[in-house]
Order: sequence, then structure tokens, then C-alpha cells
Amino acid sequence: MTVTNTSAYALPITVRNVTKTYGRVHALDNVSLDVKSGEFLTLLGPSGSGKTTLLMVLAGFTRPDQGSLKFGDAEMIRQPPHLRDVGMVFQNYALFPHMTVEGNVGYPLRLRRVPKPEIAARVEKALATVQLSGYGERRIDQLSGGQKQRVALARSIVFEPRILLMDEPLSALDKKLRDRMQIELRQLHEKLGMTTVYVTHDQREALTMSDRIAVVNFGRIMQLATPQQLYDQPENKFVADFIGDSTFLDVQRDGDTCLVGGTPLKTTRPVPPGDSLSLMMRPERIHLIEGAPAPDDNVFEATVSDLVYQGESFLLYAHIRNGPEVAVRGAIRGDTYGRLPKPGATVRLGLHAADAVIIADGGQ
Amino acid sequence: MNATGLRRDEHMERLKLFGLSSPALMLVMVILVIPVGWLFYVSFIGADGSFSLENYERMITRKSYGRIFWTTFEVSLLTTGICILIGYPLAYFMSQLPPRLANLCLIAVLLPFWTSLLVRTYAWLVLLQKNGLVNNWAISLGLWDEPIKIVHNLNGTLIGMVHIMLPFLILPAYGAMRAIDRDYIKAAANLGASPRRAFWTVFFPLSTPGLFAGALMVFVLCLGFFVTPAVLGGGKVIMVSMKIVSNIELFVNWGAASALGVVLLVLTAGVLWIASRFVNLERATGGGGH
Repeated sequence: MTVTNTSAYALPITVRNVTKTYGRVHALDNVSLDVKSGEFLTLLGPSGSGKTTLLMVLAGFTRPDQGSLKFGDAEMIRQPPHLRDVGMVFQNYALFPHMTVEGNVGYPLRLRRVPKPEIAARVEKALATVQLSGYGERRIDQLSGGQKQRVALARSIVFEPRILLMDEPLSALDKKLRDRMQIELRQLHEKLGMTTVYVTHDQREALTMSDRIAVVNFGRIMQLATPQQLYDQPENKFVADFIGDSTFLDVQRDGDTCLVGGTPLKTTRPVPPGDSLSLMMRPERIHLIEGAPAPDDNVFEATVSDLVYQGESFLLYAHIRNGPEVAVRGAIRGDTYGRLPKPGATVRLGLHAADAVIIADGGQ
Repeated sequence: MNATGLRRDEHMERLKLFGLSSPALMLVMVILVIPVGWLFYVSFIGADGSFSLENYERMITRKSYGRIFWTTFEVSLLTTGICILIGYPLAYFMSQLPPRLANLCLIAVLLPFWTSLLVRTYAWLVLLQKNGLVNNWAISLGLWDEPIKIVHNLNGTLIGMVHIMLPFLILPAYGAMRAIDRDYIKAAANLGASPRRAFWTVFFPLSTPGLFAGALMVFVLCLGFFVTPAVLGGGKVIMVSMKIVSNIELFVNWGAASALGVVLLVLTAGVLWIASRFVNLERATGGGGH
């Protein structure tokens, strides 16, 4: 996905060398990051990785020890939150319970002393944008989770901030609603075009919505790339492990060739420098070989240990000879499931040269 | 299927519940309903022992009674007001502390509860008297030149009553403030509210139910307060409870005392009733944000 609309009020964000320590823990360790104007960037990481701390630095709720933060050309690092003019959707929505929907959405406009008739018009427009027209009089406790989410969104965009921050806004919703809101948020972003920084620990959400994803861990950015790059060519083992499921096989370097279990590996991918390398194996990229292997396939002998039925696909666990257990995922069509090898059977697993991604072990 | 059996189970369950609560019900009967009923009865008995309204007539015809009720409300209102002015900021301060420190402060607030009311009141008498600690210190520090009268008058009464009543205001107010999610304040700041505006538009309105509950408690307790105003008021501040005592001790007029008690009870119930309507009204409209 590309940036489709760089609205007049979108601003780029420049983060330079931001460090935040709590006691001895580096919540943020010398982080630098560029968010392009109008971009949808996701901070993805496990809990405690520092992704929320980074968002709080952007919003102004966390004061870092050092570093620089610019919105456009303006230095913001010492600006208090109420002067930053960024919208934010909180994880628990933080809708004011003593105000109606209209009161909540109109709140930032009243603070800015917008004339009353204009407030009413803009509130109605913002509610229409999030498909909640006519809900203005409702009390907050009369809303469902999804409606609260929309009101929070309307409140954060009604004053047309140039930057929108979202802190796991969908985590409280059930799966179906979450899937729908992901698409809606994405469409809303394309319509409004404000620079958006989105925090989540849900990789599918990140892959679905983002222009680019910054994978965060240990207070550092492990990789910043498009969803496809991130999934197909992770730069380090943490990212490879965190995004998607994968099993790693040790790789020995022998001059220009790479050996896995003594067999030369066929790969069309770049091989990173260094001697400590691993082969990343994604379940859905491995296939079962029946008959003669294709010339571009890497072949692994394995013994089936378990077979799991998962509706749209099957998951087959197999022990590679002299190696670890890997998972193989495949689609179920017709009677394919019935013909799959049973536990104890010996199988040959194929990994296409284009799917043989080699990762450097370092870079934790 | 099983309808009769299930209904019987339901019935048994209710019976058991009633059985479990019967001691409490009996206690309420013995220590509340019967004495209050007796109070009502006695208040309608005249000096000659027959049914009469003379105890109530006296309250209307004699001006001194009106003044006593007025004083009672005045002192109660002033005490409540001062408690709010002192207690709200303290509760706010405590609510912003980390929980461990806040608990320490809470213990400090509750500490006076572990000392007898009478002891605390007489302690104030010692502190506030003409050559007491407060006057001597203030003069040494040059705050004022000669001893001022801060006891045996309204000042002393208010100081003592505020001191006794403060925890009743702080506890509910603090509870309400603790329950306010800090994200609300962050959200207000994020939307453009300065700390001051965030406080007045978000924090304060959300804390009012607790403040209101505390203030109501203080006010109602003040209406029937006896010991502290009697000791520190020096006879210059006559509240209803003191008139009741003098009716019995000096005039041995149980009828008059009971009538005063009934009126005080009805007035207090009235205050609570009005207040409860006010609170409900506020909730129904979504709270007093503006």
C-alpha cells in the first residue's frame, strides 16, 4: 500500500536519538525514526518492548532523557501535550463519562473557542465520518465497544490534527469487529491523509493496515520496512521469529555456498555477511514432495510427528532428520486431507529456492 | 418437568435468606424502630400527661427555638464549607500520590478516629485557650499582638467541628478521585486542554459525586452534633442537640425534648431526600460538566 493522499495538514515526524530509562531499564534506547508525511506507520512489538513509550513521547506524556522530536520543522520535545495538536485514540478510549457523545467530540473545539454553530456542524460531520450520525445525544455508557471506538476516533480527528496517534485502539473489540474496523481505519486514513502512528502487538493488524511497520523490541527499532519486506526478508532473527511462524535451521558457510546439514542450499536470496546464519522456514512456504522433486527445491527428509486439522488448512509437524521439528501448513481441498501422511510416516519436505531466506543470528 | 421441585427450592432459598438476615432485622427493630416510635409518642404528650400538640406549638411561638434551628444550620453549613475548602485539595493531593504514599497519608487522616472524640475536643480547649499553645505561638511569631478569642465562641466550635468532620469528607472524595482514570486527564491534555482547564472540565466534574457524598455526610452529622459545640462553644453556640439536653437536664421535660428530636430527625431526613433527588437528577442528565 502506498501513501495515496498527502493532505495539506499532514506533517512528517522526525525522531532522533531519543532515550528514556526507568532506573536501569532502557525503555527507549537511542531511537531514531522518520515517519513520512501522510504515512500510516505501525509500531509493532511485544508488551514491554517500548512501543507504547515511544508513542507517549510523541504525544508528550512521557518526557525522554534526551533526543529530538520534530513535527515538520518544529521541535516538539519540550512542548507540553496540550500544545502539540496531535490527535490520539487511547486503548481504553478515555471518553469522558460525564459528557454526551456530542460533548466529547465537541470538547477539543470548545477548547479552541470555535463558534457554537460551527462546533455543531463539525461534530456532526465527524460523527458522519465514523458512521455514527444521530448519536450525538447518547451517553457514553449507552454505547457498545465498537461505537465507543468510533466516538474516540471522531473526537481525535474533529479538530483536524496533522498527526494522529493510536494506542492499540482495537484490542478491546471482538475479532469480527476488529477485522472490520481495521479496514475502516485504513479507508479513513486514505480519506483524511493525516500522518498516523499506530501501536499494536497484533502482527496481522500491523500487516493489514500499515504503509510501513517498525518492529520494536528492547527499546530499539529492530527493522523498519513495508509489510511485505518485513515478512519476506526479515533483517534479524527477532523479526523473523516475531512476524509469522518460523523454524530455524543452522547454516554453515563454506566459501560462497551455504550448507544445511551438509547439503548445499539452493537460494535466490541475498546471503547476509557473517558466519552465524540460520535458514528461516515458514510453515506455509514448505510443501510435501510427492514423486520427483523440482530442480529449485531444497529437499529435507523428515518423520511426521503430528497432523492437525484447522478447517481451511492443515498443520503437519515433522522432525527433520538430524534437525528440529518444523511445521508445514497447506490448504485443504477436496479429499487432500485424507491422503496426507500419518504420524510416523517418512516424508520429503520441499523449500523452494526463492523461499530459502537466510538470516544473520546476531542483532538481538 | 421438575417445576414443582424447582419452585420449592426457590422458596426454601428465600426462606433461608430471610432466616440469615433476621438477627439484623431484629436488631434494627429493637435499637431503631421502637425507640424512634417511642420518641414520636412522647413528643405528643403534654405536661399534664394527656395527648397534646403543646411541644410543637412552643417551637413555633417562641423565637428562641427558631434561632436555635438557624444556628444549627448555620454552624453545619459553615463546617461543611470549611471541610470542603480544606478537604478537597488534600484529597486531590493524596489521589495524585503513588498508592503507597497515599496510604500513609490516609492513615494520617484516619489517625484521629482512634482517639476518643471527647479527648480531642478537650485537647482543642487546651490549645485554643487565652494563654494556650496557639495564642502563645502566634504572638511569639508576631502573627497577632495579644491573645485573641478562639474558643468558647463560634470560632472554637468551627475549629473543633471541622477537625472532627474532615475525615468524613476526605474519605469519599478521595475514593471518587482515585477512581478517575488518569487517561481522562491525558485525553483532555491531548485534545488541547491546559492542566487548569483539564482539571475544571474533566477532573472536577468527575470528582463531584464523591465530594457531594462527603459533604452530605458531614452536614448531616453536624446537624445532630453535641459534644464538640457544647465544649468549645462555651454556651454561646446553642445547637438543637444542646437544647434537647437542657430540656431534659434542667427542665426534665421529656415531651419538649422528644419534639425537638422529632423535628431534627424530620429535617435531616428532608435534607437527605432533597440531596438524593439532586444526585439522581445529575446522573440522569449525564453529570454536571458545565
